[in-house]
Amino acid sequence: MDPDSLTFIFINAALSNNFVLALFLGLCPFLGVSAKKETAWNMGLATMFVMLVSSISAFGINWLLNEFDIQFLRLICYIAVIASAVQLVEMVVKKFSPTLFRALGIFLPLITTNCAILGLALFQTFREYNFLQSLAFSLGAGVGFTIALMLMAGLREKLELAKVPTVSQGATMSLMLAGLLSLAFMGFAGLGSGHA
Amino acid sequence: MDPRPNQEETITLDTFTRGLWKENPVFVMLLGLCPVLAVTNTTMNAIAMGLATLFVLVASSTLVSLLRKLIPKQVRIASFIIIIATFVTMVDYLIQSISLDLYNALGAFIQLIVVNCVILGRAEAYASKQKVSTAIINALGMGVGFTIALLCLGVTRELLGAGTILGFQMFSVDFEPWIVMILPPGGFFVLGAWLLLFEYIKQRKEKTHLNVEGVASHGS
Amino acid sequence: MSISDMALQQQETLVPEERQPDTPSFAMIRTLAGIAMLSGFLVVLVYQITKPIIAENKRIAIEKAISVVLSDVSSKRDYFLGEEGLILLDADQKESSLEGEKIYAAYDDKDELRGIALEAAATGYQDVIRILYGYDPSCQCVTGIKVLKMAETPGLGDKIAFDAEFLKNFKALDARLNANLDAIQNEIVTVKHGAKTEPWQIDAISGATISSKAIGKMINQSGQKVIPLINKHLNELKHPEKEPGKTSEINPEATPETKE
Repeated sequence: MDPDSLTFIFINAALSNNFVLALFLGLCPFLGVSAKKETAWNMGLATMFVMLVSSISAFGINWLLNEFDIQFLRLICYIAVIASAVQLVEMVVKKFSPTLFRALGIFLPLITTNCAILGLALFQTFREYNFLQSLAFSLGAGVGFTIALMLMAGLREKLELAKVPTVSQGATMSLMLAGLLSLAFMGFAGLGSGHA
Repeated sequence: MDPRPNQEETITLDTFTRGLWKENPVFVMLLGLCPVLAVTNTTMNAIAMGLATLFVLVASSTLVSLLRKLIPKQVRIASFIIIIATFVTMVDYLIQSISLDLYNALGAFIQLIVVNCVILGRAEAYASKQKVSTAIINALGMGVGFTIALLCLGVTRELLGAGTILGFQMFSVDFEPWIVMILPPGGFFVLGAWLLLFEYIKQRKEKTHLNVEGVASHGS
Repeated sequence: MSISDMALQQQETLVPEERQPDTPSFAMIRTLAGIAMLSGFLVVLVYQITKPIIAENKRIAIEKAISVVLSDVSSKRDYFLGEEGLILLDADQKESSLEGEKIYAAYDDKDELRGIALEAAATGYQDVIRILYGYDPSCQCVTGIKVLKMAETPGLGDKIAFDAEFLKNFKALDARLNANLDAIQNEIVTVKHGAKTEPWQIDAISGATISSKAIGKMINQSGQKVIPLINKHLNELKHPEKEPGKTSEINPEATPETKE
């Protein structure tokens, strides 16, 4: 498959280069919000949404910065615009869809400082994706993030019932689990490249 | 987190050492894990990342502390983020001018220092409330603690995963490197193992000095 | 206490504050503008200071790479190859104003054309792989590659940068032009490890097929496009007009050794 095709970018971002398990982006919510499946699902949705918004804004800013030849301001602009975009989206959602706001609610502002969001914007710039590719990339990353979060939440809910030595409770156990998941996701290596 | 968060604190040795052990940003507070795992596949990358973060942490803490009386509460987070982003951009260009190879190895993760929770956390919870000197010393402690944590991971992963430290061969030729340690899963495993070790030491300590004061309890 | 709890608490304390109109908006705007000015000043300062150093680093890296992909070179000239033809570049000319490919023509100490170094890029397993490859018009073949940038898996994909067996593929990789001189006759392809039979095929590294394929793909893509153009302008490249200041010396020994 052509590495520039939308499907490949989507699959690559969602599975074989999963943001959390292969690139270590967005670990804070991954470890923090993965205790319950329901919260994990809402967090995943909210992240996907913010990723889409920030991917579009980042694409616009990058075009603007290139136009004026001031790429050295890229980072500052990205972080500022993403933060304000999220704020704006939050206000709009609150106004027009209280139900959605309750579901995403508290997670929206949290996500602003999630490194997956800025990482997404930076990666799409470095890889010089065009607009559609950026969209596919952000959707893939969002789906991948949600998958990782849900898997982790499911595992941790089961683990609640298991007997674990006191030393390895909490963060240690979560990291070991994440390691195993990451190992499993390495099996997706080369998916969609046309040969195995 | 800090003993008296809203008062100015006098400089003690603890201001510095707190970041090294008791409140180590990585091993105790689990903050800023993204660079910790992503760039620690070699010792060199870990050192570079640690120093870059240290610089940003100290510089932004200094500036935030200097401006703490001028920044209105409502816009403080925005101001902090802009200040941090400025210093990160500076580091980004400095690293490029020092070594392109290093820059290529660290990739986007230099710019991702912006969203490292350790830095924003320090600015918000400490530097914006403390005198410049205190803020600098505390930031130095945190930064060194962060660097040490990165180094712990970097050395372990490079040693096991490639059989080298800083590129020097450590084992005899027939050592078969555990490549998985340099790959993403290795990051999780090694950090998990270090946390296990620290938890074990902490629990041992608690058992032996049950009533001795000074064993700070930090639940996670 | 987990990070999210902390952030949640922070969020809760933040919300009521926003409703208090204590600080006039003017003060907020003033502060933000002041900080933005300060940050802009600092960034521009560092950018201006480091710009020449970074450019120098990049030049050294390119020259080192050129001396890897082409042998016995002692000077180079930078050209731009595009729709308007061949344009000789100044050292500090802006590239973004031109459409086309940047190429480096390399000469030996007798000013004979040794070959042309070209950049190529394609998506590998993890991220974009960027390479420099040398093309020798006298044998119509690729003479070597050097990976400039990649993020392939250590121990597997990153072998494309140093695996001796793999790099041997590019010692004399056939890139002959077809009869019309508008494309390479035999498409350069990467084949499975051990299946190389033709001089235009690249023998993949076993276990790193994706990364190996990316290399074949990028050379073929760039070659199909640029090599016919090079051929068109070969005389200009072979006997360049002597313009002072546009030829730069390459001295691989003098360039500082960086970690491979």
